[in-house]
Amino acid sequence: MTTRDESVARPPTTLLRVREGMFSGSGDTSGYGGFEQTFAMPGPTERPYGEWFDGVVDVLRELLGDDADSAIEAVIVDRGELTLVIHRDFIETVCRHLRDDQDLRFELSLGVSGVHYPADAGRELHAVYHLRSVTHNRRIRLEVAVADADPHIPTTTAVYPANNWHERETYDFFGIIFDDHPSLARIEMPDDWKGHPQRKDYPLGGVPVEYKGATIPSPDTRRQY
Amino acid sequence: MAARATGAIHEDETVPEFTASGGDWSEIAAEAARLSGQRMVVNMGPQHPSTHGVLRIMLEIEGETVTEARAGVGYLHTGIEKNMEWRTWVQGPAFCTRMDYLASMFQEAGFCLATEKLLGITDDIPERANVLRVLVMELNRISSHLVAVGTGGNELGATTIMTTSFLAREYVLKVIEAITGLRMNNAYIRPGGVAQDAPEGIVDMLVDLDDKLQGKMAELADLQLKNPIFLGRTQGIAHLDLAGCMALGITGPMLRAAGLPYDVRKTDPYCGYETYDFQVPVAEGADAYTRTVLRMEEVYESMKIIRQCATRLAENPGPVMVADKKIAWPAQLALGSDGMGNSLDHIKEIMGTSMEALIHHFKLVTEGFKVPPGQVWQTVEAPRGELGVHVVSGGGTKPWRAHFRDPSFNNLQALSILCEGGQVADVVVAVASIDPVLGGVDR
Repeated sequence: MTTRDESVARPPTTLLRVREGMFSGSGDTSGYGGFEQTFAMPGPTERPYGEWFDGVVDVLRELLGDDADSAIEAVIVDRGELTLVIHRDFIETVCRHLRDDQDLRFELSLGVSGVHYPADAGRELHAVYHLRSVTHNRRIRLEVAVADADPHIPTTTAVYPANNWHERETYDFFGIIFDDHPSLARIEMPDDWKGHPQRKDYPLGGVPVEYKGATIPSPDTRRQY
Repeated sequence: MAARATGAIHEDETVPEFTASGGDWSEIAAEAARLSGQRMVVNMGPQHPSTHGVLRIMLEIEGETVTEARAGVGYLHTGIEKNMEWRTWVQGPAFCTRMDYLASMFQEAGFCLATEKLLGITDDIPERANVLRVLVMELNRISSHLVAVGTGGNELGATTIMTTSFLAREYVLKVIEAITGLRMNNAYIRPGGVAQDAPEGIVDMLVDLDDKLQGKMAELADLQLKNPIFLGRTQGIAHLDLAGCMALGITGPMLRAAGLPYDVRKTDPYCGYETYDFQVPVAEGADAYTRTVLRMEEVYESMKIIRQCATRLAENPGPVMVADKKIAWPAQLALGSDGMGNSLDHIKEIMGTSMEALIHHFKLVTEGFKVPPGQVWQTVEAPRGELGVHVVSGGGTKPWRAHFRDPSFNNLQALSILCEGGQVADVVVAVASIDPVLGGVDR
């Protein structure tokens, strides 16, 4: 089990990146080298959330009782989709409530994946869970953010056995450790592989390719916009 | 032995190893039993014709009974998701189409629908583009199901089932080639619409295809559905009930064969599926036989949708790409002398009349368009189940992250529960009834 720390409990507006200049990669000759732009993910939403979202959040808060404020770090409604940012200590409890309560009934888990936000200090690694309620025809996304220095999240395989391989894949690609997973081994990469390839600091690799006399640089060395 | 990807199936280093590559199984089993007792671990694959690509199965057997089965995947991992983070939104479909290579249109559609949701242009997609998307997806569903049924039969030793379904698939691929220019890995569905309009005479082609498929499907039904060997090999085999399916997140024909009519085309319609008249076949058997029958039923439903698409294509000549020039690539293409599709009007405009249009085209193609930050989840009903696409945009011209929840990847988790307690010979039937495509599993 993991302990809570202050850096993980910051209000979650995920910082994506700060771009300097007009583009990166090769030399910026545009004259806008000092130009700086910040990109962030959509932040928390205020009530009312709309559609059926308020009802689901209310039921979940009621079931969580006193833990509701510490468990649900934020509610984000963006592009018609409901995202609950959950503290890692409560992810299994939240999943259990979402699966079992008759008003929630998210009985089908569509897996776990990861996203790496290296600029988001203290919350670099996000595990994203997509749940489906066949009963109520609803979809919900849970997001758990952890620090790169302490990448532990309790497993949800006891609630959703389907997440077994998905958590292994997320561990394999991002290095998020799902505590108490029945067999948290690599799944796509070889067992003795070093590093976690879907992280942003893991190089893509590739070599320049020559075609009809011209050389095309590898994708990760091309100019980025 | 080194640690294995799915955890140790046998830790005991003293267990002797055998390499068997053919020969009489009973002799091999007797020899192994003489040396190591009844408990035996057999490795199937990754290079085995009946594992649908490169799937490795580790079986622990006692006599002919499987006591433990583990799947080892990852042999086909090519880092497509990572690559997509380095390509523009328009280049994305050319990468994700190669994941589940038998159902390429569905990855393309899922990714493009997700991109459009991020851009907020879902409602701006022209009607004809949506009809073409539905058309190629349903054609693709038929060709994918035909491979599932055909290889499934072949693995039981019924080569005629395979040759018949592959012939039928060939008719479908001819039409897909006529529309997209390629048989597989099409990169046809693009953000904003489709890459090019359907050729002239597409309606006649579809009518002709319908005739041919009716015949071939009847032939396949005759070969399989009352065949006593086929029934004996598949009925009651690889059983997984509804509760098991829900716990393991199984979707698609496997779930519907267990009695739940769950189909994303009906529950969350996309590309205008709500306007088509079709049924979701559902059955109760939950075994390999039911899944085969269900796939054949789905082929008939897809043919029904294709007939409706043909009518709509004949009625609606409209554009096939969104009107917004900040996103749209030219999509009304003609075949050039080099075999490539080109829009002569567009070339005339950018090369002959407007410098600004040339600059715009150059920037659109080399830089790509920007997508506002955020994340979306889009699912489509692929032949193997619910394909989920999780796309995160960092506000740039490339996805921050593109994750594909491939139905094969998830469904393959059911392998253990389908095989354990059954016969060794039924492992192959169980795998065939899951219908995994390892390109999609490993991505």
